[in-house]
Amino acid sequence: MSVLAVKHLSKTFAAGGMFRAIGKAKRAVDDVSFSLDAGQTLAIVGESGSGKSTTARLAMRLLQPDSGQISWAGEDVSALSGRALRQRRHHIQMVFQDPFASLNPRMKIWQSVCEGLRVHQPELSNADRRNKVAETLNMCGLDDSGMDRYPHQFSGGQRQRIGIARALIVEPAVLALDEPVSALDVSVQAQILNLLKDIQQARGLAYLFISHDLSVVRHIADSVAVMFAGRIVEQGRAADVFEHPRHPYTRALLDARPIVHPNERKPVSDNHDIGEGMAETGCAYQPRCPYASSDCAVFDGCLNPDGFACLHPLR
Amino acid sequence: MLEIRDLSLSVSIEGQRVEAISGVSLQLKQGRVLGLVGESGCGKSLTSQAVLRLGEHQGVGKTGGDILLDGQSLFAMPDETLRKMRGGRISMIFQEPMTALNPVFSIGSQITEVIRLHLDMSPQHATERAIELLADVGMQDAEQILKQYPDALSGGMRQRVLIAMAMAADPDYIIADEPTTALDVSVQKRIIALLLNLQKKRNLGLLLVTHDFGLVAELCDDVAVMYAGQIVESGPVADIFDHPAHPYTRALMGCRPEVSEAGQGLPVIAGQVPPPGRWPIGCHFAERCPLAQGDCVQPVVEDAWRCREHTARCLHVNTAEAVNVI
Repeated sequence: MSVLAVKHLSKTFAAGGMFRAIGKAKRAVDDVSFSLDAGQTLAIVGESGSGKSTTARLAMRLLQPDSGQISWAGEDVSALSGRALRQRRHHIQMVFQDPFASLNPRMKIWQSVCEGLRVHQPELSNADRRNKVAETLNMCGLDDSGMDRYPHQFSGGQRQRIGIARALIVEPAVLALDEPVSALDVSVQAQILNLLKDIQQARGLAYLFISHDLSVVRHIADSVAVMFAGRIVEQGRAADVFEHPRHPYTRALLDARPIVHPNERKPVSDNHDIGEGMAETGCAYQPRCPYASSDCAVFDGCLNPDGFACLHPLR
Repeated sequence: MLEIRDLSLSVSIEGQRVEAISGVSLQLKQGRVLGLVGESGCGKSLTSQAVLRLGEHQGVGKTGGDILLDGQSLFAMPDETLRKMRGGRISMIFQEPMTALNPVFSIGSQITEVIRLHLDMSPQHATERAIELLADVGMQDAEQILKQYPDALSGGMRQRVLIAMAMAADPDYIIADEPTTALDVSVQKRIIALLLNLQKKRNLGLLLVTHDFGLVAELCDDVAVMYAGQIVESGPVADIFDHPAHPYTRALMGCRPEVSEAGQGLPVIAGQVPPPGRWPIGCHFAERCPLAQGDCVQPVVEDAWRCREHTARCLHVNTAEAVNVI
């Protein structure tokens, strides 16, 4: 059963603030739909500004969508607010990129981790809470003897384990992970990815995994949604999308992955003039697309039944 | 040639002087790209900043060794010469294009400032030179860009501006500290291509500081791997990728998700990098190394293994090769 589903989600941010350079309203998320089953990992990939983090925040009801529907475990939560929404928030929890910025430096670890319990299980005694924190920290590979310490006394990898423990303590069905390993060294990244895998297997958790790193995504995801300019341009099983990308943008993202061995080097081209930016009408990818033609300017950009939004797909 | 010779640096941690860089030697020749690789806290940024004698006002002190530019010690240079050398013969590109540019000055004024600092030019000539430099880094509309402020540019554009600034005085050597880490993947490739192009055209010696083996594979001719304040392995890039010798290098390369089977557990290195002041005696990696034996914790483990230009600070390289444990 689907633990998280969104249909036709859209969100526009008003001009001003950080978007003043553009000077007009920005459509951050445009008609996005997906569904996520228990025990599965859906990765949303794309570059900065593609709308992947906004999509996660909408799905979590941290942002109010302009239109569209959000369901948690089959229940439509789009219209819920206040207490009713708060009571259901334990269903989906978030892990952030920067574990240091997301932990209160003046709170002891156990206090940070147990905050969710105060809301979702207020009946627990202090001793029970501490026990539960210790148990959750242990599950995340941390020794509970560190419970009374402060965030700065931990390394980056340990802090990310704390961030995961804090999300897990209310026993969610879904974790939204926003670039959870991007700030970590490769050796620590491997530890955290293994931990996420273990926890998923043990608890049947679903992951909504936001990342720009396709190597990490290939490693962890069952399915992938590729976003560009607020829309999903390709969606499918991870193996299919990685092996047989149909949208030129997916291909470009895959080609931009770092090489693994120096013998894969290609001759350096003098061409810096690959297009940037995005089109206002039709397919947004036109300015960068090697296959763009006049019909792309009037394309509606909707995903076809095969899971890509392109008039000139690859192969 | 730019040569770091047996350099040791100390830093202050909680009032104590502790060694943070221990006997590091590197050679950077013009026309070559040298990658300095390692995890956070291994000392790679400290080493690279020492080349410009940065960090000294933050309490970084030299306790041994030397840095030589064409045989002349940077530590014996008068301040005036040192200032000319910084950004003149050796310049630097930092990781964060956001923070390395001053938000209240236009791009033009920031580039021409660097140009006029190093080259004796009129404001008008400096502006012409700035336009040339921006064109060299692949920015069209250079005149327009000069009038803009950093916040109007994307991350990739800012990084191009910083590269242009680093090129301003036609340096012989460039130190680039994680130049693409803060950028989007699609932009990273273009910045890499740009750096490589400039490096070839101008016969630059490029010291690339990174934690990313992908970047090393793309760019470097030679590699030095750092662990806990020491160079543990160095050699030509093909040798390092084909036959990584040190157990740390092997482990670090092995835990990349791109070289493992999708969905499988990733190999990990147990424990974490010991901070300065808590380095073990002997091999710094010994306590995390599956091959460690009694001799690894003897006082000195030098570059015990050598095959032509490929060296490793490890007593058991042959075992690592044979067993292929990590």
